[in-house]
Amino acid sequence: MKRIYAREEFCLGCRLCEIHCLVRHSKSKKLIKAFRKERGEVVPGVMVESAGHVTFAMQCRHCDTAPCLEACITGAMHRDKKTGAVICDADKCVGCWMCVMVCPAGAVRRGKDGKEGKAASKCDLCAGDKTPVCVLNCPNEAIVYEER
Amino acid sequence: MDVQPNPTKEFALSRGERDSAACAIAGVINEQGRRFNGERIIRMIANMHDRSNGLGGGFAAYGIYPEHKDLYAFHVMLDSAAARENFEEFLRRYYEIETEEVIPTAPLREIRNRPILRRYFVSLRDRVLGEHYDLTEQDLVVRHVMQVNGQIKGAVVFSSGKNMGIFKGVGYPEDIGRFFRIEEYDGYLWTAHGRFPTNTTGWWGGAHPFGLLDWAVVHNGEISSYGINRRYLANFGYHCNMHTDTEVITYLFDMLLRKHRLGIEEACVALAPPFWDDVERMEPERRELVRGLRITYAGALLNGPFSVVLAHSRGMIGFNDRIKLRPMYAARRGDELFIASEEAAIREVSPELDGVWQAEGGKPVVCELKVPLDAPEKEPARA
Amino acid sequence: MRRWLVQPEFKVERDLERCIQCQVCVRQCANDVHSYDEEDEQVSSDGACCVGCHRCATLCPTGAISISRSQLEFKPNANWTPESIRNVYKQAEGGGVLLSAMGTDRPWRVYWDHLLLNASQVTNPSIDPLREPMELVTYLGRKPDQIRVERGPDGKVRLATEITPQLKLQTPIMFSAMSYGSISYNASQALARAAKAAGTFANTGEGGLHPDFRQYASNMIVQVASGRFGVDPDYLNVAAAVEIKIGQGAKPGIGGHLPGEKVDAAISRTRMIPQGSDAISPAPHHDIYSIEDLRQLIYAIKETTQHRKPVSVKIAAVHNVSAIASGAVRAGADIVAIDGLRGGTGAAPTTIRDNVGIPIELALAAVDSRLREEGIRNQASIVAAGSFRSAADVAKAIALGADAVYIGTSACVAMGCHLCQRCYTGKCNWGIATQDPFLTKRLNPDVATRRLTNLLRGWSLEIKEMLGMMGVNAIESLRGNREHLRAVGLSDREMVILGVKPAGE
Repeated sequence: MKRIYAREEFCLGCRLCEIHCLVRHSKSKKLIKAFRKERGEVVPGVMVESAGHVTFAMQCRHCDTAPCLEACITGAMHRDKKTGAVICDADKCVGCWMCVMVCPAGAVRRGKDGKEGKAASKCDLCAGDKTPVCVLNCPNEAIVYEER
Repeated sequence: MDVQPNPTKEFALSRGERDSAACAIAGVINEQGRRFNGERIIRMIANMHDRSNGLGGGFAAYGIYPEHKDLYAFHVMLDSAAARENFEEFLRRYYEIETEEVIPTAPLREIRNRPILRRYFVSLRDRVLGEHYDLTEQDLVVRHVMQVNGQIKGAVVFSSGKNMGIFKGVGYPEDIGRFFRIEEYDGYLWTAHGRFPTNTTGWWGGAHPFGLLDWAVVHNGEISSYGINRRYLANFGYHCNMHTDTEVITYLFDMLLRKHRLGIEEACVALAPPFWDDVERMEPERRELVRGLRITYAGALLNGPFSVVLAHSRGMIGFNDRIKLRPMYAARRGDELFIASEEAAIREVSPELDGVWQAEGGKPVVCELKVPLDAPEKEPARA
Repeated sequence: MRRWLVQPEFKVERDLERCIQCQVCVRQCANDVHSYDEEDEQVSSDGACCVGCHRCATLCPTGAISISRSQLEFKPNANWTPESIRNVYKQAEGGGVLLSAMGTDRPWRVYWDHLLLNASQVTNPSIDPLREPMELVTYLGRKPDQIRVERGPDGKVRLATEITPQLKLQTPIMFSAMSYGSISYNASQALARAAKAAGTFANTGEGGLHPDFRQYASNMIVQVASGRFGVDPDYLNVAAAVEIKIGQGAKPGIGGHLPGEKVDAAISRTRMIPQGSDAISPAPHHDIYSIEDLRQLIYAIKETTQHRKPVSVKIAAVHNVSAIASGAVRAGADIVAIDGLRGGTGAAPTTIRDNVGIPIELALAAVDSRLREEGIRNQASIVAAGSFRSAADVAKAIALGADAVYIGTSACVAMGCHLCQRCYTGKCNWGIATQDPFLTKRLNPDVATRRLTNLLRGWSLEIKEMLGMMGVNAIESLRGNREHLRAVGLSDREMVILGVKPAGE
C-alpha cells in the first residue's frame, strides 16, 4: 500500500501542506474562501511539528493494526477496502474521542463534521486521489506518497 | 594566421564569399595503368549536364605528360601581362624552367572571358632545397603555390603535380573539355566536375578540380564545417585563398596522407569519423585508434553534405559525408573503376558493368594502381 | 549609528483581499520582512530588509505578495545614479569595502546579444536531430598535433601515439567551481549528482571534497586554489581532473574569505582547517609569482597523479588574457578555463566585481585566435565561463572557439536562485548559499539534482537543434567555426577581435 511519509530533513516548515489539506477537505474547495469562512470548521489532517530547525509534516499512519479501529465504539472508524486507508464515517461518529485518546501519533483530531457537529477528523489519503494534496503541494518534496 | 583574401584576384567573373556548390562529379581509372583519352570522361560529365549551370567545369588527368614526368607541371591562370611578369619572376627565383608554353585551347564561342592560360614544366633549384634543409621538396612546392595564389595579384597556380594536369574554367564542363582539347591527352586516371555554384557566381580559379601537388579533388556539396576546417588548417601552415570549400578538402588530404603519413582508410576516419555510439561498440584496439583520430583531428572533420573524388598519381578515392547527404555511385568493369554522381553517367560510357553500388556514408571507395608507376609505357587504349 | 540615509531597496505589498494570514511568508523569510501580530491577528510586512529574493512571493499560496523597486526617486541625474548615491551613503555610514555577490549587474555589453547564428537553406540540408544522430560528445585535454599509426604483423592498424588523459563530456557544459562552504552541502551534492547523471563534470571550487561526495569524484574536477584548502594527494587522485585556480572573473586578482562562523565541523574537516577559523585564500598563490612557478605546480600535480589526470588552469579574463593563456598552455596546462567579467562569485568587493576584467566573448575569441596563431591550439582545450544564460549563449561560445563552458549562475538559478546578490550574508532563503540549518534543508538535493539535469538536458537538446539547423551533426564542426556567426551592431574593431563578419556580409 502506498503511504505518506515525511522527510524531515527537507521540510521547510512552511505549512503549505496544512493549507492545501484544509482546502481539499473544505466545502468550497476555494483557497481564499475556505480559509476565510471555513477555518475552524475544517480541521486539516496533516500538522507540521517543529522544534528548532527540525520540522516535519505528521498525519495518520494508517496503521496495519490501528488502535483507533479497535477503540471505536460505533464502527465509524473503518478501513477502506480499496486504498487500505483508515477513515472515519462522520455520520456514524458520535464524538466519544476514544480514537483521539488512543492514537499513538496524535493524528486524529476533533472535528465538526457529521450529524452531531462533532466527529473525528483525520487524513483520508484524499479519498483515493492519485496523489494526496499535501504531497502534491509540498514545494520541497518533503512529503512523499510511495510504497515502502 | 588566416591570410586575408586578396580582393583584386579576379578572372573575368567576380567572386565573393566562400563558395559552395551542388554539382556533378565523375571519375574513371584503369588500375593497370593503361592510358585512354579524355573522350569518355567528357561523355560521362556531359550526361549529367543538368547538374551544372554553366558556371564552372573541369578535368584532372594523370599520366598525360610522360615526357616530363619528373618535372612539376604548373598550370597557371594569369589575368594580365603584368601578372605574368610577376609570376615568372617569382617562379625563376626558385625553379629551373625546362619548358613553358600556352596551354592549347580550341576556339569555342561558349567559353568567354578567358584568362591567359600557360603551363610550366619546372624543377626546384638545388640552392632553394639547400636553404630549406628542414623542409621537403613537396613542402616547398606547397608553400610556393600558396604564395602565388595568396600574394601575386592576378595569378593562380591551379595545377602543380607531376605527370598530371588540371584543366578547368567557367562554362559547362563538356565545353571546357573541348576548349582544353582534352580528347587529345592520354591518361590512366580522369576525374571531372560540372558546377552549379549556389552562393556566388563562378570564377575561373574557383572551378574544380582543385589541385595541390598531385592531388586533385572534385566535390559535390557544401562543407558546413568550412569555418573551422579553414582555421584548423591555418594551424598547420595551409592558408585558404580560393574561397571554395573544395580547397580545405584538398589540403586536409595533403596534410593527413602526405605530411602525417596516415593510410587512406585512417585519413577518411579522421575526415568523416564514425559516430561515437559506433565507436563505443568497436573492439578496444580499434576503438582507441578511431577515438584518437577523431579527437585529434576534430578540426578536420568534414561536415555537411558532400561527395568527393580525390585523385592522385597512384589511384582514386570516392568519399561521402558520414550520413550520405549527396549521391555517389561506383562501378567496376574489367580493370576499370568508375565513380559518378549518377549511375546513368557510368552506363553512358560502359553500358555493361561487372557491378555497381552506392558508396556508403563515411566509407571510402578506394582504387589503386595495380602496377608500379614507372612501369614501361603501355600502348594507350583507344576509347 | 542608525543607517538612516540608506533607504530600502524594495517595497513589499500585501493584497489584503487575497492574504489568508497563513503565515507561510513569515516562516520563509530569513530577513524578517514579514511578521505576525498575535494581538491584531494580522500579518504585516516591512520592506526595509527585503533583498528581493521572492521566496515569500513564490511560496504564498494565494499570490497576495508583490515586491517592487522602492518608488523613492532621486532627482534624475545621468551621472549620479541612485546606486552611486546609495553606495556613498553606505560607505559613509559603514566605512568599509562594499560587498556584492553573483556576477556584475552593470550594463556592460553582452556580446552574445549581438551575435546571430546561421542556418541551412537549400544548398545544404538541415539535419533533423529527432531522426539523425547529433553528437555533443566533447573530449577535454591536450591533443597531439598528429596521430601516428602502425600496422601490426596481423595487418591491423594500431594507434602508435600516446594520447594524454582526457575528460569525456556527454555535453559541452560543466558546472563551475562553487565550493562547499560558499554553497550548502545539499547544493554541492546536487551539482555532483547532476554532473554524474548527465555525463559531465562539477567543480569542487576551493572547498575541498566532502567524503560523502567521493562517490561522484569520477565526475568532479577538484580545484587547487591559493588557500590550498582540502588539498592532499588523495584529493588530487580521486578526481577526474585537477584545476589550478589563478583567478575568478568576478574578482580578478582578489582572494577569498569564508568567515569563521560558516566553518562548521563538516566544512572544517573538508577544508582541513580548524573549526570556526576564517578560511582566507590569498590573492596570489604564494608559490606562483611567475609563469615558471605555474609550470612547477602543474608538473607537481601531474607527478602526484602519475600523469593520469588532465590539469586545468583557470584564469580571469583580464586585458592580456591571450598572452596569459598562451603561457599557461606552454607551461603544461591541458585545459585553460577563462572566466569573464560577468562571472559569478559568492562574495566580492562590488567595485572590483563591476569594474575589473573583460567580457568572456572578447577574451575567448582572443585566446582561441592567439593559440591558433601560435600553432598550439591542439595542446589545450578552452573552457569558457562568465555567464551563459541559455543554450544559444553556449552555442555562440563554442562557435567562437570554446571546447566547453562552465555554468555557475545558471546552475544556481536552476536550483532556485533569484539573483538577489546577497550570497555573502549567509541568509540565502533558497538554501543554496548558506550553512544555516534552517535554510539548507530548503534545498532537497533530489529536487535540485533533477532540476539541474533537466537544465542540461534542455540546453543539450537545443544545441542539437542548432547544430542540425546549421547542417552539421557533430559539435566539433561548430567549435571555432566563426563562419556560423554574424554580428549586429558591433564596431569594426570588435568584429575583428571576435573574428566575425557583420550580418549581411
